[in-house]
Amino acid sequence: MTFPVGRATRRLAIALVFLAPSLALFAAFVFVPLTRTLYISLFFTTPTGRLAAFAGLEQYVELLTSALFRSGILASTLFALYSVPFGIALALLLAVLANQRLRGINFFRTLMSSTIAVSAAVGSLLFLMLYNPSLGLLNYLLSLLGLRGIAWLQDPGSAVVSLSVTTMWLVLGFNIIVLLAGLQGVPEELYEAAKLDGASGAMLFFRITVPLVSPFLFFLLVVDTIQVLQAFTQIHVLTRGGPVDATRTIVYSLYLDAFQNFQFGFASAQAFVLFLIVLVLTVLQFRYIEPRVHYQ
Amino acid sequence: MPVRVSPARRALVYLLLALASLAVVFPLLLAFSYSFMSESEIATYPPPLLPRAPTLDNYARVIATIPIGRYLVNSFVVSALVVLGQIITASLAAFAFVFLEFRWKTALFFIFLSTLMVPWEATIIPNYMTIRDLGWLDTYQGLAVPFMATAFGTFLLRQSFLQIPRDLRDAAVIDGAGPLRLLAMVVIPLARPALGTVAVYGFLSTWNQYFWPLLVTNQTLMRTTQIGVVQLRFEETLRWGLVMAGVMMIALPTLALLVLGQRQLVRGLTAGAVKG
Repeated sequence: MTFPVGRATRRLAIALVFLAPSLALFAAFVFVPLTRTLYISLFFTTPTGRLAAFAGLEQYVELLTSALFRSGILASTLFALYSVPFGIALALLLAVLANQRLRGINFFRTLMSSTIAVSAAVGSLLFLMLYNPSLGLLNYLLSLLGLRGIAWLQDPGSAVVSLSVTTMWLVLGFNIIVLLAGLQGVPEELYEAAKLDGASGAMLFFRITVPLVSPFLFFLLVVDTIQVLQAFTQIHVLTRGGPVDATRTIVYSLYLDAFQNFQFGFASAQAFVLFLIVLVLTVLQFRYIEPRVHYQ
Repeated sequence: MPVRVSPARRALVYLLLALASLAVVFPLLLAFSYSFMSESEIATYPPPLLPRAPTLDNYARVIATIPIGRYLVNSFVVSALVVLGQIITASLAAFAFVFLEFRWKTALFFIFLSTLMVPWEATIIPNYMTIRDLGWLDTYQGLAVPFMATAFGTFLLRQSFLQIPRDLRDAAVIDGAGPLRLLAMVVIPLARPALGTVAVYGFLSTWNQYFWPLLVTNQTLMRTTQIGVVQLRFEETLRWGLVMAGVMMIALPTLALLVLGQRQLVRGLTAGAVKG
């Protein structure tokens, strides 16, 4: 859309007044620090974090050619693929189940969304207890079914799954609350009319519920993906990146390089690459998925 | 008028609700149960579900080990400050993105979203330096101010504002309402559930922070609840009962908030407009 110059500038100025409080805080605590991170990544650093010598793109080349970084990309990808789609689908099923006019429904809604009140540290401690190979309840339940216990966190294949299950549980409450808010925005008259036309439950779900809450599904897709790619606490408490680097995601890798190996320049390069990956992924989601979202 | 549901179908729905709810809260229930068990009982096989001889020893030991009351106050004050800041900044910004037409809107929206994508680990060292240089270490503003703007909340409010029927917006504009009036009189009342979601989420996520409070607080009395529970984890011997008692003490306030805020959270986004 184009405006006459004076009018367009005035509209922009009005909008900026509304955006200014947010923009000022973002500048101070996100953009300026991010720029400083990029700056540091172009230098070799001393173990205390002081800039030692200009490195240019050398650390980026080292990063992109290292096998550890490629396995980190794989770990992050698996982690996101396991936890985000299943986490949203599960939350939608539970939210639809809880979106009923029944006596005492708020009680069930509160229970189902209660994990939003649980911190990543606490949730991870709970699952650490459940995953415990000898004392944990999960392997005991398997033994009751006559199955052999699983080395939940000690096996490279199952560790990512265990991490994803913990993460799905942690974000479940948030996802359900958002989807319940969305479901409440769907006019009941639509369901009544469709039922009068003889629509089945599945048709109601796919033709009315899913399209009308799609702004919220899309919101969760974007936010959950970003959150999972930045997850740190679960990994730190449950697996510490292991076993055999199976859960050494990009974020955990940059943490190890910065705060265990004290290579701040190299870690900053990883942080910046992670930032670029998430940025590109989100732009793609907006370009290819948002057009399918139905706004009333 | 609600559709009439058969008693059998209603019973099935209740059964499904009960099973799903139980599955979700099971880890918390188990932790609650463990917090009343002695260490020797937790170590028995098969794993016990309920304490045979419930004891408050674990709670007494938490209180003796860390200043948990002060931690709770600190977490509460910081979380409340963050919520107040976020509600103001996010509703102003979301309003601009939905109701105002201006140049570079898409670019500015992506600037907001890009803040969600900046890994906290990528900015935490420069941010620490900023807070230190301001002299804000060991202060509530040092813990709260960096989180007072929220791209996440702005995004959620944007999606909510977009659900507001177009004719309602148009009606307000035709009435000659200016932007601020439109925001206060039309948008905010209709978006109350989404605002509630933002407020409760902001409170909980601040309450549950770990990394940042650890960095910007050094004095014991300025620390927050999450630091406390991890301190318990790293006592000389790992006592699951002690850790779970600590977990319960810091999780209960937020679970209580969820119970109180639930109605606000799930109320219809545009129900008032559709039915009014």
